[in-house]
Amino acid sequence: MQRLLHMEPGLCTGCLQCEMACSFEHEGEFNPARSRIRVFEFEHARTSVPYTCSQCTEAWCLKACPTGAIVFDQELGAKLVRLEACVGCKACTSACPFGTIEFNPATGKVYKCDLCGGAPQCVAACPTGAITYLDAGATGVGRMLESAAQTINGVAT
Amino acid sequence: MSWQGKILKVDLTRGTIVQESLNQDWANDYIGERGLGSKYLWEHMDPTVNPMGPDNVLIFATGPLTGTSASTSGRYAVLTKGPLTGAIACSNSGGKFGAELKYAGYDLLLVQGKSEKPVYLLIEGDEASLQPADKIWGSSVWETEEWIKQSRNNPLLKIASIGIAGERGVRYAAIVNDLHRAAGRSGVGAVMGSKNLKAVAVRGSVGVKVKDAKRFMAAAASMKQTLAKSFGGMTKYGTNEMMDTMQEFGGLPTRNFQEVQFEGYDKIDARAMLKTDQMGHRNLVTNKACFGCTIACGRIAHIRKDHFTVINRKEYWHASGGLEYETAYAFGPVVGVDDLDACTFAGYLMNEHGMDPISFGVTLAAAMELYEMGVITKDDTDEVELKFGNAEALTIMAEKTGKQEGFGEILGLGSKLMCEKYGHPELSMTVKGQEFAGYDSRALQGMGLGYATGNRGACHLKHDTFDVDMEDQSGAGKAEPCKTSQDWAAAVDSSGLCVFTSGLGAEMFAALLDADSEGDWTAERLMVSGERIWNLERLFNLAAGLTGSDDTLPERLLKDPAPSGTAKGRVNELDRMLPEYYQLRGWSEDGRPTAQTLERLGLG
Repeated sequence: MQRLLHMEPGLCTGCLQCEMACSFEHEGEFNPARSRIRVFEFEHARTSVPYTCSQCTEAWCLKACPTGAIVFDQELGAKLVRLEACVGCKACTSACPFGTIEFNPATGKVYKCDLCGGAPQCVAACPTGAITYLDAGATGVGRMLESAAQTINGVAT
Repeated sequence: MSWQGKILKVDLTRGTIVQESLNQDWANDYIGERGLGSKYLWEHMDPTVNPMGPDNVLIFATGPLTGTSASTSGRYAVLTKGPLTGAIACSNSGGKFGAELKYAGYDLLLVQGKSEKPVYLLIEGDEASLQPADKIWGSSVWETEEWIKQSRNNPLLKIASIGIAGERGVRYAAIVNDLHRAAGRSGVGAVMGSKNLKAVAVRGSVGVKVKDAKRFMAAAASMKQTLAKSFGGMTKYGTNEMMDTMQEFGGLPTRNFQEVQFEGYDKIDARAMLKTDQMGHRNLVTNKACFGCTIACGRIAHIRKDHFTVINRKEYWHASGGLEYETAYAFGPVVGVDDLDACTFAGYLMNEHGMDPISFGVTLAAAMELYEMGVITKDDTDEVELKFGNAEALTIMAEKTGKQEGFGEILGLGSKLMCEKYGHPELSMTVKGQEFAGYDSRALQGMGLGYATGNRGACHLKHDTFDVDMEDQSGAGKAEPCKTSQDWAAAVDSSGLCVFTSGLGAEMFAALLDADSEGDWTAERLMVSGERIWNLERLFNLAAGLTGSDDTLPERLLKDPAPSGTAKGRVNELDRMLPEYYQLRGWSEDGRPTAQTLERLGLG
């Protein structure tokens, strides 16, 4: 089953434990600047929004890559960067409309969310459940349930 | 390992920026943040200098746990000689700036001298530079953050800056980072202003590595589990939950400490913030975390759009930093105001213009008492009726002080100088010139001892006698917990974590720090380090000219009995506690560390 990262900004407190967990998993150190997930704050921190690669099916990054360094892992549902093939041309970072694939000047390669091979560390680190790892075919269920609940009163009266 | 091993020295007079290796011996003895910063301060300046002159030194220091995944790891401390007190200032802040400074690769930033023109320090990656700030001189903290991010085209910069209050030398001006977190106390913002340094803006990509990752992650996970189990109230209500406790106990300083209970407390407490009114408005919008914090006690609030403070000022209709206990106390009971929106607005103004709400509120309270006594009149106060309980007076004066207009210039002196100016020093509710936090030391005896002996003046965060104070209201047995908790708070403040987690205990901190950093860190070593830090701060103050006679409380708390509450009829028993405290500290009768004590702590 393909699963997806699902973000609920309303639950996010902006603590950045996700950014630390992500960089620790991929870089072996706490380094939010190299995190694959980013939390942005809006309107005086009224809302904190975690954001990362949504793993497009027809991915701009994959199509733009001239060396075939970006591949789709069917089972995982994630686009992965084959570092040995990446030449650091940044065609993908230009192509991605969401900005979620980035270049690391220290390695000369690009990096993006790889869902930690199926055990996303941002999810494990989030103290409020703002990031969850759900069935890719049913990420809307929680919101549907909430909306459905709001219609109860109308039905009852 | 979790020290980055580098510091940045900025000389504003010469315009130079130099990287240096961290003095690891000092780090081993003083841990980081508060302790390490104090050591660097001690080694780099003469404690007798004018705090507002170019010879004062301003330090931003992170701890070995700052920027790690331990909970509450976003802390940094600002060390300098404080203009409010003439003593060592040590002001701690959360938000995201501290961790970012560490990610820029620095344990500590040391600023000397004075720039000829307004500048800000920009640290982007491995490049540090001084940038002109003439376009933002005169701007608020909020405008400054926005301008720097836009002009650098870098929304990820984390910024610590001062507002007009800091530029114009308000003695309790704060350094505000991330819009509404602050190194709030003792006037560290005024020192920054005196150096013509408007802001420090940082974005870094140097990772923080720990010594033993497996052990560290296990210790951090255990810490987070404990917090999740025991800090639910802080998450839901924030620190303002304390208002009800202090009201019930009779330790809630009211109308400049003339009373200890406030009839309007339930209009401004944590529950009032959570209440939805008939128009569907609720003060609290959401809670908010500092960097790495799994508690998230921070408040984001908004003001009713039809409230008198903002009805014609749309620019304040957005949500922003809301009341925590100390701000609620300083805009509420101590000035007799029970208007939640006015208190929230005053809080916005403190963040926007960069001021310490505690010192502002308690200074205003003294001014209100002077006004009610007839010592000052409307001629002094720009025609504002400065009576206790006047919410409009609170917000007008907050803004005037923030912008240094009219009577705001007098309020910007702080309570001590203002009360001396008007010939009533006894009305100043301060220790060493710094205003009290929201705990009355007639009801909380150990708190009084902590205030009196506080190295940065009156402060509620540098010791923790809360439990013993609530159990027994005499001065008996308070010296020992006061001394021990001072040492412990000094260690916690030096680690990079938030003092709110100090209750988790020395063993937990030792487990984290030992997995994080070189050296064998034990609970015992942390306690001794804390005691060393406390004594070094004391040495700084003695060298600056303070003496044991500064370890005192205003007569109101020593002679006027608490008029109500569980401590009704009591005064603070400082004369009983202080000699015992000096003895436990290994200090002479006049409050100087003995040669033996200094030798024991490696300070000889």
